[in-house]
Amino acid sequence: MFFHFVKPRKYWYLISLLIIIPGIISLLFRGLNLGIDFTGGSLIEVEFQREVTVQEVRTVLAEYGLERSVIQLSGDRQVLLRTPVITQEQNSALVKALDEQLGGHTVLRNDAVGPVIGKELTQRAILALVIASVAMVVYITWRFEFRQGIAAVVALLHDALVTLSLFSLFWLPVDSAFVAAILTVLGYSINATIVIFDRIRETRKTAKKTEPLEDIIHRCLWQTLARSVNTALTVLFMLVALYFLGGTTLKAFVLALIIGITSGTYSSIFISSQVWLDLSNKLPKTKRPASAEA
Amino acid sequence: MRWGNLLKVALILLLAAGVTFAAFFRVPAVPWLPLTQDISLGLDLQGGVHVVLEAVDTEEMKATPDAVRRAMGMLEERINQFGVTEPLLQQQGASRIIVEIAGVNDPEQVVNDLIRPAHLEFKTEDGETVLTGADLADAREQYDPATMQAVVNLTWSAEGAKVFADVTTEHVGRTLGIYLDGQLLQNPVIKQPILDGKAVITGYESLEEAHRIAVLLRSGALPVKLEVMEKRTVGPQLGADSLARSVNAGIIGFGAILLFMLAYYRLPGLVAAFSLSVYGVLVLLILAAFNATLTLAGIFGFLLSLGIAIDANIIIFERLKEELRTGRSLRSAVDAGFKRAFVTILDANVTTLIAAAILFAFLPIAYKGFALTLGIGILTSMFTGLVLTRWMLQLIAGSGLANSPRLYRA
Repeated sequence: MFFHFVKPRKYWYLISLLIIIPGIISLLFRGLNLGIDFTGGSLIEVEFQREVTVQEVRTVLAEYGLERSVIQLSGDRQVLLRTPVITQEQNSALVKALDEQLGGHTVLRNDAVGPVIGKELTQRAILALVIASVAMVVYITWRFEFRQGIAAVVALLHDALVTLSLFSLFWLPVDSAFVAAILTVLGYSINATIVIFDRIRETRKTAKKTEPLEDIIHRCLWQTLARSVNTALTVLFMLVALYFLGGTTLKAFVLALIIGITSGTYSSIFISSQVWLDLSNKLPKTKRPASAEA
Repeated sequence: MRWGNLLKVALILLLAAGVTFAAFFRVPAVPWLPLTQDISLGLDLQGGVHVVLEAVDTEEMKATPDAVRRAMGMLEERINQFGVTEPLLQQQGASRIIVEIAGVNDPEQVVNDLIRPAHLEFKTEDGETVLTGADLADAREQYDPATMQAVVNLTWSAEGAKVFADVTTEHVGRTLGIYLDGQLLQNPVIKQPILDGKAVITGYESLEEAHRIAVLLRSGALPVKLEVMEKRTVGPQLGADSLARSVNAGIIGFGAILLFMLAYYRLPGLVAAFSLSVYGVLVLLILAAFNATLTLAGIFGFLLSLGIAIDANIIIFERLKEELRTGRSLRSAVDAGFKRAFVTILDANVTTLIAAAILFAFLPIAYKGFALTLGIGILTSMFTGLVLTRWMLQLIAGSGLANSPRLYRA
C-alpha cells in the first residue's frame, strides 16, 4: 500500500513540531493572553440603553484612574471592560458611574478576581495535569504495558502543547475554563489512544511472529480509522454548533476543545503508536510473555 | 418468534417515546412532570452571584476560627433577608467563605450587602433612627468596680455626642433600642440626659458577654473584616440568553450527530440515534435525582458528552461491519462484535473517567458541574451503548427481517 501510517512517522512528528516549536518560542517570549482568573482584576460587561463610544467609556474610567483598562465594544451598546485589581468599593462605584453618566445600563456580568486566586488556579491546574498523567501511566501499565503508558502520556502532552501553542501564537484569551478544556482534551486523547492500543493488543495475539511491528500497527490504525474519524466528527459537530450558536461566555472554552480534540485525534493516529514503536525499539522490554513477542 | 422480536423493539420504542414526552412536555394534572423542571438552574443561567470572601486580620479584629464561624452565622442572617431559595454558604479552608445566591435581580447590591461591616442603628421607642454605627467612636467592656457588674462604655464622636445629648434629654425614662442589621440587640433605658458623649450600658451576665457586645458595636455586625477574593455575578438577562443559546446550539448539534449516524451507519445508525436519545433523557433523570444544579459549563459538558456517548455505538458498529465482512451471519456477528467491543469500551472509558474525577477534584467550584456531567455521561453511555444498543440489535438480528448487509453498510 502506498500510504503507510507508521513508516514515514518522522514527517508526522515534523508536522506537530511545526506547530509546537513556534508555540514554545511564543510561550517563552510572549506567554499567554491570561484572563483575570490568572492575573486578578475585574471583567465587567454591560449593555447601555444608548449607543456609546470607547472614548466616552474611557472618560468615565479616567475618573477612577483606570483609563488604561481594556475597553471592547460588541455591537453598539454592549461594552466589555477589563480593569486591573480594584476593590469591591471601586468596582461598585465604577459600575454606578457608568450607569449615571452614560444614560443607564444593565449589568450583564461583573467578575472580579483577587491576585491570590490566580496563583492557586495555576498550581491546581499543573497539579491536576501531573496527577492525571501519573494515573494514566499506572492504569495503562496495568491493562497494557508501561511503554504504552509513556507513549499515551507523550500524546496527551502533545495535545496540551498544541493547544497552548495555538492559544499563544494567536493570542487567544486563557481563563479557568481553558484549564477545564485542557483536562477534557486529556481525557478524550487518552480515550482515542486506548482504542488503538487495544486493537494492537488484540491483533498481536493472532499475528504471525514474523510480521514487523510497524506493519501490525499500520493495520490496526487502518482498521480503527473509521472509528477515530467518526467519533471526532460527532464531537466536533456539537462543538462547532456551540461555538457559533452557544453565546460568547464560553467561546474560548469551546475553541480550546475544538483545537484539542482535533489534535487528540491526530495524535492518536499519527503520534502515540509511533512513539510506542520507537520506545520499543530503543528500550527492549525486560519481561514479556513469549506469545506476545513480535 | 420473528414478529415477537419486532414487537419487543416496538414496545421499547413506545416506552422510550412516552418517557421522553413526559420528560420534556407538561402533562396536565401531573405536577411533578416534566422532569426538566426538577433540575435547578445555576446562577450563571438565572442570574446570581458567586463570591469568595476572605476574613482578614485588622488591628481591631483578628480572623480567628471563632470569628469566621460567627461571621458565617451573620452572613446566613443577611442572606435570609434577601428571601432567595437554596443559597449556598460554605467555609473553605481556615478563613475563606464561599457564598452562592441565584435568582437575584441586582447581584452587585447583594455583594455589597454581604460585606458591609455593619448596619448598626439606635432607635427611639417610636421607631425613629437617631444614630448609627458611624456616630460611635468606641465601645469598651469593663467591670464596674462599684457594682461589680460588667458594663459597656460607649464613646460618641463629636457629632454623635451632640445628637445623643439631645436624644437623651428628650427621652428620659424611655428606651433607646440598639439594632444590628434590623435585629434588636439591646434595649437599654435612658436614665438621665447624657451631655458629655459617654454612655454606659449595664445588665450583662458576664464580662465575656459585655466583650462580645462591645466588639459588635465597635465593628458592626461582622466580627471580622471580609474582603472579596473572587466575585462572579451574572445578570438575569445574560443568564436567560446563555440558556436559550446553549439549548439552541445543543438541538442543532444533536440533530447533526443523528443525521450523520443515520447516513453513515444506516440501520444501526437508527438504533444509535434512539439509544442516544435515551441516553440524554437518562442523564437528565440522574441529574434531577441527585438534585444537581445545571450550570452553563454543566450544559456544555452534557452536550459534549452526547458527542462522546455515541462513541460506544461507533466502536460496536465498526466491529459489526468487520464481523459481517468475514462472512458471519448477522446474529453471530452481533454477538462477536459486542464481545470484542466490550473490552475496548471499558478500557477507553475508565481512562476518561479518571480524567473526569481529577477535573472534579482540582477545578474551581464553577467547573465541578462540568466534570460531574461528564462523569455521569460516561457511565450512562456505557449502559446505553453496551446494554440498550446491544439488546435492540440482537432483537433485530433475531427477527430475521433486516438481514441484508446493505442495511449495515458492510
